[in-house]
Amino acid sequence: MNSPVVTRAHLIESRDVVKSFGQTVALRGATVAVYPGEIFAIMGPSGSGKSTLLHCLAGIFSPDRGEVWFDGRRTDTLDEAERTKLRRTAFGFVFQFGQLVPELTTADNVALPLLLNRVRRRVAYKTAQTWLDRLGIGDKGANRTGELSGGEAQRVAVARALAMAPKVIFADEPTGSLDSLTGEKVMDLLTGLAREAGTTVVLVTHDARVAAYADRVVMVRDGLVSGDLGAIGEQVSAAKAAR
Amino acid sequence: MSVPLTLLGLLEREPSHGYDLKRDYDAYFGRGKQLPFGQVYSTLGRLARDGKVVGGDAEPGEGPDRKPYSITDAGRAEVDAWLADPVEPEPHLQTVLFAKVTLSLMLGKPAEAYLDRQRSAHMRRMQELIELRRNGALVDALLADHALFHLEADLRWIDVTSARLTELAAVVTPERAQE
Repeated sequence: MNSPVVTRAHLIESRDVVKSFGQTVALRGATVAVYPGEIFAIMGPSGSGKSTLLHCLAGIFSPDRGEVWFDGRRTDTLDEAERTKLRRTAFGFVFQFGQLVPELTTADNVALPLLLNRVRRRVAYKTAQTWLDRLGIGDKGANRTGELSGGEAQRVAVARALAMAPKVIFADEPTGSLDSLTGEKVMDLLTGLAREAGTTVVLVTHDARVAAYADRVVMVRDGLVSGDLGAIGEQVSAAKAAR
Repeated sequence: MSVPLTLLGLLEREPSHGYDLKRDYDAYFGRGKQLPFGQVYSTLGRLARDGKVVGGDAEPGEGPDRKPYSITDAGRAEVDAWLADPVEPEPHLQTVLFAKVTLSLMLGKPAEAYLDRQRSAHMRRMQELIELRRNGALVDALLADHALFHLEADLRWIDVTSARLTELAAVVTPERAQE
């Protein structure tokens, strides 16, 4: 297909990535390429290797074989300190559970990654409040996150991920613990705000309805990327590239 | 969607002209498939013949038909019975999807590739519906939700069937399995 999207540089890529855990082979040569500004979904059944692929792309896991590239730079060969720096400065994360510190307030949780990156306290909290407002939970800044509903907590996680102005947000089953209406709201906010900010999103889900928020969808089966389902997404990406 | 019963239901709110009925039908139930005027008037004619509505005297003014219609007791009873009756939960035991998968296997054609194409088509439709849901009015959003849940059910079936194609092939092509 001669779409303009083919000629664009990828922001993130895995090339023939293999990853095992003991005797269990999770990825058998997974190759994907994500374009800048794209909302990219990785679908697959439980145990297919989709989360492992996301963790390899995000530099959380090191592949046993193959290559991972981000922004023109090979990342699988970086040492742990360099990968930690990359994750802290260029990536944001939204997971299903356990990403917020329940003893801290909502504002503290959003400001925390900024403070770790040496952003001044006043600026960090101002930025946190701006994002909490945009996520519609501006009045929850003083609440401890342990007191929030599941949907509110996920909005805090999205605010925290976006507050860092990352190049990529990695989201692993971001609505997995939410009812469908609350999940839709979180997806609307995550994808809407990411598009506004031009942030690339790599999303892992088993839920087709969540994947349908993406521009492009691939299927992972038995550790291999087996199908690209996102024709509409490719058209959207091509239109974006042409602009 | 039963057009006669829906029009009867709209008439139970208040007596209306054919034009008003068409406008409300299109606004709430049409969703991209408008009701032709001819069908409105022919339906009202049949409902009048069956004693479910009565037509009043035509009023002066512009338009094809200025005759107001009112629902009768018989029409009201029919609407009540319809609303109280749950829609048949269709088991869809012989869907086109199932037929295509089974025939593909019987003919030795790639059933998995068909399921992948079907999954892709379903995902594209879901993407369109999510856009509609995001940007549309509440009525559109709820209708999109209904379609999305059905597509989701199909997709689950596609996933389960993909995972069991080998088993299904053994059932529908026993002669091949024995080879």
